[in-house]
Amino acid sequence: MSSLRSITLATLAKDIRLEWRSRDAINSMLFFSLLVVVIFSFSFDPNAEESREIAGGLIWVAFLFAAVVALNQTWARELRNQVLDAFRVSPAPANALFVAKALGNFVLVSLLEAVMAPLFMIFYNLRALGPAWQLIPVALLGTWALVVNGTFFAAMSLRTRSREIMLPLLLFPISIPAVQSMVEATRIILAGDGSARFWIILLLTYDVVFTTACLALFETILQAE
Amino acid sequence: MIAGGMKRAFPILSILTALLLAYAFYEALWVAPMERTMGDVQRIFYYHVPSAWTAFLLFSVNLVASVIYLVRRSAKADAVALVSAEVGVVFCTIVLVTGPIWARPVWGIWWTWDLRLTLTLVLWLIYVSYLVLRRFSDSSQTPKLAAVLAIFGALDVPLVYFSIWFFRTQHPQPVIGGGGSIDPRMLHVLLINWLAFSCFAFLVCWARYRLEWMQREVDEMEAVESLQGATR
Amino acid sequence: MNSVKFLWAAYIATWLIHGFYIGSIVRRYGRLRQRMKDLRK
Repeated sequence: MSSLRSITLATLAKDIRLEWRSRDAINSMLFFSLLVVVIFSFSFDPNAEESREIAGGLIWVAFLFAAVVALNQTWARELRNQVLDAFRVSPAPANALFVAKALGNFVLVSLLEAVMAPLFMIFYNLRALGPAWQLIPVALLGTWALVVNGTFFAAMSLRTRSREIMLPLLLFPISIPAVQSMVEATRIILAGDGSARFWIILLLTYDVVFTTACLALFETILQAE
Repeated sequence: MIAGGMKRAFPILSILTALLLAYAFYEALWVAPMERTMGDVQRIFYYHVPSAWTAFLLFSVNLVASVIYLVRRSAKADAVALVSAEVGVVFCTIVLVTGPIWARPVWGIWWTWDLRLTLTLVLWLIYVSYLVLRRFSDSSQTPKLAAVLAIFGALDVPLVYFSIWFFRTQHPQPVIGGGGSIDPRMLHVLLINWLAFSCFAFLVCWARYRLEWMQREVDEMEAVESLQGATR
Repeated sequence: MNSVKFLWAAYIATWLIHGFYIGSIVRRYGRLRQRMKDLRK
């Protein structure tokens, strides 16, 4: 058990170190996130009354696009250096690699969200009329929902043609209940219109179900490359 | 695989199924009573609902075949998975096409977040992505990847169901396709059509399965041929 | 009633879709038979 944790942490630390050394990728993703927010602001006029209704949807669609950009490069480095073959041969549990990658993506996507959210608040004059603290579990659970399946499908897409389009193609349909939950919860909290409890619980259920599925089946698809 | 007996059975069953479909068609258009509020348009119901049930049945077959494949690595199970997914998508498409065609004259709108229709849409999306994965993945491990995706899809379905259900309690929408109790004469016609379409689906799957098997044989033959060519 | 148009549209659409799919099976079948013959030569 502790070897699982130490491998996971080691892999995660290595990834963060490598990303930090070549900050280009992160910087372009940050800029992309900014662009998405600006374009949305032009396309969906942020009038104060309606903005609270649609902002929930807009924010999460923007996060979704940013997440896909981040997820697409998940395994790029591993592919370049035949790391996956090494992992397959080593006795290290495949799950350690998956958890490390998923956590790394979680950190990365959260970073992008942390940049985009304040911008949305500024452009759309957003204020939460409901319990604002609830936005935190929504953001955490929602981001994890996208990242855990995204990391898994990115691995599945490795040996496919048009790898970059394959990831969102697989991810979006499966993520529909999660995205609906995130959007509805955010809308309810921003508009102060009822309780977001059901959606938060549904998100939690989604996260538990799919984290389990990913952990159970990652070994299978790793062998499949 | 293509035994003489099976070769004879297929045309006979095809004719029987065609007759059954024709009979079901006749029942739907002339025997079934006219619906009070919607009129004749309601008869789309006899094609829309059986197609949905058939699609769901086929996707269940896909799930079972996928699990069997992961456990046993049986090529037959994989072929069944592929076939049931394809034919399932065909029936799903029909549900998604007939639904709006029905909704438009009756409720004045093309789309609504109707439970069955939305669930069908999400299933359609999941299984189209399944088919795309199968087509774009050119490794010999495609069956394994596809089977895993099928399991993910199956896990997703109850979550989709609950999210749509709750959404509809918050945002009431029209129900396409009649909730509540159904006139027994209508039920009879509905079941006849369901039987007819199930038999039809079975035959289409069978044909597609034979095609798939033949395709794999040809692929093998071509692989052997190119190997022999290389060593000459 | 105008809405009967929709009834026919739905039924025709259904059989068109089935027709396309079965047609594609038949076409592929023919092509495969040909390839099999060529390979066996």
